[in-house]
Amino acid sequence: MTSEDPVRPVPGAAPGQSLHAAPSRHTAPSRHTAGAPTGRPTAPDPDRTPDPDRTSAPDRTSAPDPAPLPDALACRGLRYTFGETRAVDGVDLSVRPGEVFGLLGPNGAGKTTAIRCITTLLPVPTGMVRVFGHDAARERMAVRRLLGYVPQQLSADAGLTGRENVALFARVFDIPRRERAARVGQALEAVGLTDAANRLASTYSGGMIRRLELAQALVSAPRLLMLDEPTIGLDPIARTTVWEHINVVRAATGMTVLVTTHYMDEAEQYCDRVALMHRGRIRALGTPAELRSDLRARRAQAARTTTTTPSAPRTSASSDVEPTLEDVFRDVAGTGLDEQSGDFRDVRSTRRTATRVG
Amino acid sequence: MSEAPAAPQPGSVEPPAAARHLDLLLIPPRPRTGWRVLPARVVAMCVVELQKLRHDRTELYTRAVQPALWLVVFGETFTRIKAIPTGGTPYIDYLAPGIIAQSAMFIAIFYGIMIIWERDAGILTKLLVTPTPRSALIAGKAFAAGLKALLQAVVVIVIAALLGVAMTWNPLRLLGVAVAVILGSAFFSCLSISIAGIVLTRDRLMGIGQAITMPLFFASNALYPVAVMPGWLQTVSRINPLSYQVDALRGLLLGTPSHLGLDFAVLAAASVAGIAAASALLGRLAR
Repeated sequence: MTSEDPVRPVPGAAPGQSLHAAPSRHTAPSRHTAGAPTGRPTAPDPDRTPDPDRTSAPDRTSAPDPAPLPDALACRGLRYTFGETRAVDGVDLSVRPGEVFGLLGPNGAGKTTAIRCITTLLPVPTGMVRVFGHDAARERMAVRRLLGYVPQQLSADAGLTGRENVALFARVFDIPRRERAARVGQALEAVGLTDAANRLASTYSGGMIRRLELAQALVSAPRLLMLDEPTIGLDPIARTTVWEHINVVRAATGMTVLVTTHYMDEAEQYCDRVALMHRGRIRALGTPAELRSDLRARRAQAARTTTTTPSAPRTSASSDVEPTLEDVFRDVAGTGLDEQSGDFRDVRSTRRTATRVG
Repeated sequence: MSEAPAAPQPGSVEPPAAARHLDLLLIPPRPRTGWRVLPARVVAMCVVELQKLRHDRTELYTRAVQPALWLVVFGETFTRIKAIPTGGTPYIDYLAPGIIAQSAMFIAIFYGIMIIWERDAGILTKLLVTPTPRSALIAGKAFAAGLKALLQAVVVIVIAALLGVAMTWNPLRLLGVAVAVILGSAFFSCLSISIAGIVLTRDRLMGIGQAITMPLFFASNALYPVAVMPGWLQTVSRINPLSYQVDALRGLLLGTPSHLGLDFAVLAAASVAGIAAASALLGRLAR
């Protein structure tokens, strides 16, 4: 399992395996990139950053260390094991400055563990994680100053008011007293909580607490905002509101956003690029449009191969409809999805219910 | 789809207005460095503690009940019996410093449970991603516990004064009392945070907390002088920081003979050791 390259371009493979028209395009880079020499930037890297939607060939940015603008986040061969469980199993990814990057996957895919490695909560060896060029193992404090982190739980302190919750984070990020009130006010305003700022957080709704946490993360002017399932458990309207505030803040500050979610529709709608994660590894990476068009191409090719080999009965009808990210995910995750992660289907059915209600 | 209710957005959303006023959120603050980090974090944690107490003082009042009962019931009764050799001081006077130390310790022991609760709620996780070294975070929590215990001590001192305990009102001595209460609570909160880092769940910690507080209390000079204890208990009492705290409080409040230098040295050393141990074990709570 570990040595297997998840994006193997094998023509006429079994339904669960992936077929790639252009395998070099999206990454899921495996161990061969992890071992690559670090000091060598790939040639077209520097001019790539302005256009996040670009689909040119060298999408992988394994190690642009001496590049003028370092990646907002670069993980190289990121691994973390809890005892026997390989929660994160060799993840390579780079998040470009200013983009909204979605890390997608079912519950238990390793998203949260990856986030906890990046946020220095879990110890990682030197060289695995870099945030704007700072190593997460050697320069912990520098990395933490660049991060705004919203964990999965609704984590505001219920015994404090909204303003006090934000002010605590202003204090621990060393914001001087003369600026503190103004900054806290701006952070609260950015998430639309000015009116509720002096109420105890215990009176807030789930969506308001989420926005309050966003304000807590924003008050220190982070450059990389890490949101772990920011809309989990929220009703559809609250979800939209949270995302709108994220987008407004990003537009105004230009900060980079790394978000994990298992809501495929959110990723499709709000993320510039997404990585599909399954069982601790990244199975596909690219813009939502790229991933969908790749799947369409693969299906078309599969349909062609089946006409030549009539023994394989494929559902070629599906190649006509526009695939969703969910279809892409099912395609790249393969058969393991149905066996092991019943959670994923639960989430989808919950979402369907939510869609019906909303 | 999530944008299904597209037409009426919740009223609080006003993107253009919000975007205009974000200029301060673009400038990262200048980091404090070196020795300045620790006092800044301690202040931040203490401010949070005071803010919480301002919003909800119930705990301060309910926790005053038990020390009041100790002083009124136990203290008054044993003052009559005169069974405990206190060296001439009325027993209720002798008891009051012990009860101050005890109520401060009970508050501090509760901090381990609170840190597990904060871990479960994600609050601790978020604080650990701030530029706060673990030792500074623990020191902040320890002194916040000290501050809370100090407020509790004030309540107990007032109760004791109402019961006619003759205590000093010398401000310097009272300052010494405050330092002793804060240092003792810092140690006991770190003790319970350390245990929290070992046992990791609230249920286990509740049991252990119950199991250690009473022995710590009874195996100290809080209720009776060390001299009347059997030899083995004297040994336990001698390694129990609570004894040194009570000795210091008694010496400062009542003017009884005490070893203030040794007491404060032991309390300070115990606090530093406690902060070191709790910081080392905090990583277990983080993962």
